[in-house]
Amino acid sequence: MIDQACSLLSCGPDEDREWTMADYESAAARWCPGCGDHAILTAAQRLLETEQLPPEQTVFISGIGCASRFPHYMNTYGFHGIHGRALPVAIGVKLRRPDLHVFVVMGDGDCCSIGAAHWIHTLRYNPDIVALLLDNGVYGLTKNQTSPTSPKGKASNTQPRGALLPALNPLSATLGVTNASFVAQTGDWVPAHLYATLLAAYRHRGFAFVRILQRCPQYTTDLFEGAVRDPGLIELLVHPDGVAVSELERLYKNQVRHDPADLDAARRLAEPDGKIRLGVFYRNDALPVYEETRAVPTRSHAEKLALLNTELDRHAV
Amino acid sequence: MTMAPSSPPPPTAASSQQARPERTILRVPEHTVEVVSDSGEGAQKCAQIFGRVSAKMGNGVWTVEIIPAEIQPPARTPESASGNRIRIGTKPVTNWGDHADVVVAFNEQVLLHRHRLGALAEDAIILIEDQWATHDDPDIRKAWADAMEELGQRSYRFIHVPMEEQCLTVTDTPRRGKNMFALGLLAWIYSRDLDKIRELIAQEFRKKAQALYDSNVALLELGHRWAEEHLDFRIQVPAIEADRPRVVMNGNQALALGAIAAGMELCAMYPITPATSASHYLSDIFERFGGLVHQAEDEIAAAGVAVGASFAGKVAFAITSGPGLALKTEFIGLAVMTEIPLVVVDVQRGGPSTGLPTKVEQGDLLAALFGQPGDAPHVVLAPATMEECFLSMTTARRIAEAFRCVVIVLSDANLATGVQPFPRPEVNEQWLAQSPDLGPVREGLRPYEWDPERGLSRRVIPGQPGGMHTVTGLSHDEWSHVGYTPDVHERGCVMRSRKLAVFQQMLRPPLVHGDDAGDLLIVGWGSTLGAIEEAVDRAREEGVAVSSVHLRFLSPLEPGLKEIFRRFKKVMTVEINYSDEPNDPYITDENRRRGQLCWLLRAQTLVDIECWTRVPGEPLRPGQILQAIRGHVPQEVTR
Ligand SMILES: Cc1ncc(C[n+]2csc(CCOP(=O)(O)OP(=O)(O)O)c2C)c(N)n1
Ligand code: SF4
Ligand SMILES: [Mg+2]
Repeated sequence: MIDQACSLLSCGPDEDREWTMADYESAAARWCPGCGDHAILTAAQRLLETEQLPPEQTVFISGIGCASRFPHYMNTYGFHGIHGRALPVAIGVKLRRPDLHVFVVMGDGDCCSIGAAHWIHTLRYNPDIVALLLDNGVYGLTKNQTSPTSPKGKASNTQPRGALLPALNPLSATLGVTNASFVAQTGDWVPAHLYATLLAAYRHRGFAFVRILQRCPQYTTDLFEGAVRDPGLIELLVHPDGVAVSELERLYKNQVRHDPADLDAARRLAEPDGKIRLGVFYRNDALPVYEETRAVPTRSHAEKLALLNTELDRHAV
Repeated sequence: MTMAPSSPPPPTAASSQQARPERTILRVPEHTVEVVSDSGEGAQKCAQIFGRVSAKMGNGVWTVEIIPAEIQPPARTPESASGNRIRIGTKPVTNWGDHADVVVAFNEQVLLHRHRLGALAEDAIILIEDQWATHDDPDIRKAWADAMEELGQRSYRFIHVPMEEQCLTVTDTPRRGKNMFALGLLAWIYSRDLDKIRELIAQEFRKKAQALYDSNVALLELGHRWAEEHLDFRIQVPAIEADRPRVVMNGNQALALGAIAAGMELCAMYPITPATSASHYLSDIFERFGGLVHQAEDEIAAAGVAVGASFAGKVAFAITSGPGLALKTEFIGLAVMTEIPLVVVDVQRGGPSTGLPTKVEQGDLLAALFGQPGDAPHVVLAPATMEECFLSMTTARRIAEAFRCVVIVLSDANLATGVQPFPRPEVNEQWLAQSPDLGPVREGLRPYEWDPERGLSRRVIPGQPGGMHTVTGLSHDEWSHVGYTPDVHERGCVMRSRKLAVFQQMLRPPLVHGDDAGDLLIVGWGSTLGAIEEAVDRAREEGVAVSSVHLRFLSPLEPGLKEIFRRFKKVMTVEINYSDEPNDPYITDENRRRGQLCWLLRAQTLVDIECWTRVPGEPLRPGQILQAIRGHVPQEVTR
């Protein structure tokens, strides 16, 4: 019934209204100057404007961390929850309110460490949700601790002589999960690519996982500096089914034609070999979407009561 | 030790060569039956049907499952004992009683288990499969002989029944059919209506083959005939005409149907005994009602999914047991902080840690109340009967919505698996959740527009134009804007806490069972209701001035408790959780760790409340409580 009411509403009072960037802006973002999160926020607002998503029909859900402050800066519905647990909340929302546009924003600690179980299982559920991993390779909010994606050797407050373990690769991990349906990587310093990737993710039907390489000038200054300065370190994945940003193709000379339908190739490209690859690694729009698999009939009160009485009959003395 | 078999005690029933025996007919107001087998031999099914048919015939019934810890424990071992106790009566039965009067045992080892637990009446009649006495395997013959020697110390009456031999005349797989034969025995002894039993068998196997039904009924009838030809006694437990239609089910089924009656739309869970069976039942039927069961990747995620659905305006609950409640702690705190309605059911088992997975305990009370870091005021309620399991879901849902709060429902393994008939609930539209208003919100509406006196505010739900805001687990003001200043944080704390006080004032003081004043007042909560009241009644018949109250709300506590306590010389809680015995080594009045309700009531009322608690991994027996009452009546008044 809510679903019906919602669909009435979304094509109701605001039908003729044109949403602008300003309609999606809320409190001024409090991230550090130069933090990559600012650009990601702008790209998201641009996406909403392009797609004309009514703010009241849109929900941003996050965990805890610098990245997870995101919903506070969006003039949509928002859920700033607990560390690592954004995805289950998002599933709860989408499962029973498929009419809402659901976005999840997580840090690398959020997604790849404390919330890793939810990450893997949400890939399996494949709800129609966009998930952004804002990966700065460090725990920012808690002030510089090693994260699962910290490169080996990076000094932090918890591993002052350098990160002990090789970094977890979120792309390979994601591509290894059965039912993964959209996996892409982009960087906060390439706004055109960032925006195009978010757009592709939003338009994908299913769980769209986007790892965004995010600069943290506070704690991982060097992490992406090389790539920012030298486009030669970057390789763009190009394909009509991926993201196409023609203005970037002159700047980024390294390009590889990759069909996102090819999972084996995607897995090979995700392996670390010194290159930073931006683009859509994999997409499959044909996989079943959890909230559709679990769709249930809408029952009126009268129907529920009648069914309940039949069920009580089975227990009747 | 030699392996030579000693001869089994001679059967006391007439042997099969004789003509029909003379019969004694015992007419009693109540009787307690146990059926025990190796795990997997179906004693539970037999007992369940016996319980249900007794309820259908108008008897009061209470059943308790006897559950082994493993799925397939080694056969013919005490650990393998699996089955049920069924207590039937002329009047409503509210607990499992003290001892079994009649036992059907599929082997002597499982019987030994019950014997050693003191579960059997001194003069219990035991119908036992006797193939083991003459078994080919000398080890088995020896085990039988040893067991019989141990059992022979009591004055049980043994009746040897060639169950398997008999079943072989009807089926090739007697081990699987014995339970229906046993049901036939009991049906004859207690004059149960065979047509009703056949109906129940049909229901049981409704999705399976006709052949299965046929062979089960043949075995039932075989057992019935055997009993008629060989037994020299029958037992009559007269039934009462029910004045209202009744239903019979276990507490988990009642919770599941109660959730539907409450208009719940989502059950989020991760499998854990003894909560799981409720979600099994819901998984079977919920979708027809427009609801669904989401099996999450863990209990944290289950809580998150329920919170997410509720945030989005749907009515959701999570069901779990102690270890799962521990994992949900952080989400419960978040729901409290964001004032998102949430119902969490905890079907308690023994703890801490993995504890006693299948056994009853009331050990989660304080964890349910205070498990969350910081101040996280929320409601905790505990149903005391199967009927209350059903009703509690609507109550919980309404409170959660009206007060934008978390409600934890504490059931336990005793309620979860026990079966009891109760008046058929008459559910109407008012029970079901209303769909939330998704219209535009008034200009300037704050997401936490707290009534300054009561802390109550209206929810704004995603989809409502103009209501956009971000809920947060961080300290926040009425706009849901993060604020760390003392005024913001303190005001939030006051508002969330005030709601509980407002709710408490809507509750009525609990009723006193027995006189309003006296020497001793017993205070209980949850599934012990029936056993406590039976013990109190028996003590009162002995002339003891004892009464009891049973609490349904644990947070906030029901009003008027101090006033009630004042009228008794002594107040004592009776609970199934751990407490130090006052006279144990090192234990002093100062360091003694008391029962959980006792702890709570002492803190809240400043009354010097005593406690008597046990953690036997089984429900309390009224006889035990009676002894505790006798031992705790203030001395100067006992004659
Ligand atoms: C259960 C729990 N454990 C730990 C924390 C402390 N904590 C807050 S944010 C965070 C890590 C943040 O790192 P990341 O997810 O990478 O986000 P970033 O700040 O880098 O954007 C931690 C450990 C917490 N809030 N909750
Ligand atoms: S600490 Fe790093 S991630 Fe956090 S706001 Fe500052 S720059 Fe951004
Ligand atoms: Mg990080």
